[in-house]
Amino acid sequence: MNLAGSHALRRYSRHLLIPEIGLAGQERLAAARALVIGAGGLGAPVLAYLAAAGVGRIGIIDDDVVDESNLQRQILFEQTDIGRPKAEVAAQRLHALNPQIAIDALQRRFDASNARELVRLYDVVIDCSDRFTTRYCTSDACSLEGKIEIFAAIFRFDGQVTRFDPEGPCYRCLFPHAPEPGSVPTCAEGGVLGVLPGIVGAWQASEALKALLQIGEPLRGRLMLVDALAARTREVRFERDPECIRCGENPTLFEPVDRPEEESVALTGVAEIAPEELDAALREALLLDVREPHEVALGLLPGALHVPASQLEARMHELDSAKRYVVACRVGVRSRWAIGRLRDAGFKRLAHLDGGLLRYAALDAGFEFF
Amino acid sequence: MPKVRVLAFARLRELLGESREVALAEGATLRDLWSSLLAAEPRLQGLESGMRFACNQRLCADERTLHEGDEIALLPPFGGG
Ligand SMILES: [Zn+2]
Repeated sequence: MNLAGSHALRRYSRHLLIPEIGLAGQERLAAARALVIGAGGLGAPVLAYLAAAGVGRIGIIDDDVVDESNLQRQILFEQTDIGRPKAEVAAQRLHALNPQIAIDALQRRFDASNARELVRLYDVVIDCSDRFTTRYCTSDACSLEGKIEIFAAIFRFDGQVTRFDPEGPCYRCLFPHAPEPGSVPTCAEGGVLGVLPGIVGAWQASEALKALLQIGEPLRGRLMLVDALAARTREVRFERDPECIRCGENPTLFEPVDRPEEESVALTGVAEIAPEELDAALREALLLDVREPHEVALGLLPGALHVPASQLEARMHELDSAKRYVVACRVGVRSRWAIGRLRDAGFKRLAHLDGGLLRYAALDAGFEFF
Repeated sequence: MPKVRVLAFARLRELLGESREVALAEGATLRDLWSSLLAAEPRLQGLESGMRFACNQRLCADERTLHEGDEIALLPPFGGG
């Protein structure tokens, strides 16, 4: 690619001044292709910085639409974008930011059916997804197609960032076993400091640009731990695991795997109450809300008994095992945990609100919940 | 009785604090360390799902035996993106 011309020289002059980049590096970026999986909290800064840096072709894959609760951190989106497809809005913003680059807006889920053929079209893949199934699928596809992957994940004030290379280590070397479905909270369940994905995503963008420019010391075999609350980063070294089913000595995995997200694993012997059934169920039972005290400000169902999960053991005596309870939390993760503890304590007349108060609130305009 | 320093992140830090010293029986492994943390803080139950350990800034297997002065990091996978 030829970047000659005063316009390009002016736009990228601050890169051209750096000896490690210069005109040759900038031309390398212009010829490069990057795929960003997920246009959410991490995706926003990654996409913005790659586009601004002049990466010649950027793929954005996301099947979601903009929600008002995204705007606290997903800085590519604006109030008027609510309800619009994220991939489409992001492509529009990036085009406005840098009309000289090509954007592929892919409004669908990245999964085993399309992973390899998509990854094949790009030089580097940046995983900004928020699902474990997508993470395994991304890593498998990159390993199989010989692509570099820049990975990150976040929780509240904490982030993890690293790079996986085709020769390993891969995501499966780091986390060979996916967590139990529902045991690890997402941003929707646990919350996240708005700027945290900005910090962590900026690290991803930096690693992606370094990979494309082939400069610096790659974050390979090093898991960077970002703690915004302490304003501290740490590093943990890791290697290719000889036992890894994808990149180990005797691999057994030759196609990307995406198990369907088992978000609602049934609790054996406990009735699952669908949001539509909750009103009827509450004629004969009490709603036991196990969210933490600070979450009450986001909405409270009238008549609910509120015992936070963190206080459940200490306040068990306030509950009556002869009564019926429908146990609920925000999205239905902690309520499952609470049911387990209650059953251990001898409670038998328990039911579980599937999808939590968030899904119930989506049905009923009369219940204010955020 | 080897003493080790335990560093916790994210949700584990909320329950364990950022750093604490734990004394263990001779020959104890990382798995034993987790059991002793769990005995002290029952709310950790279930949070080990998918978790890895690092010993002295290196990822390591759960069967690893602990030694005096080891720095152990508890590394749960994070869900958000
Ligand atoms: Zn591997």
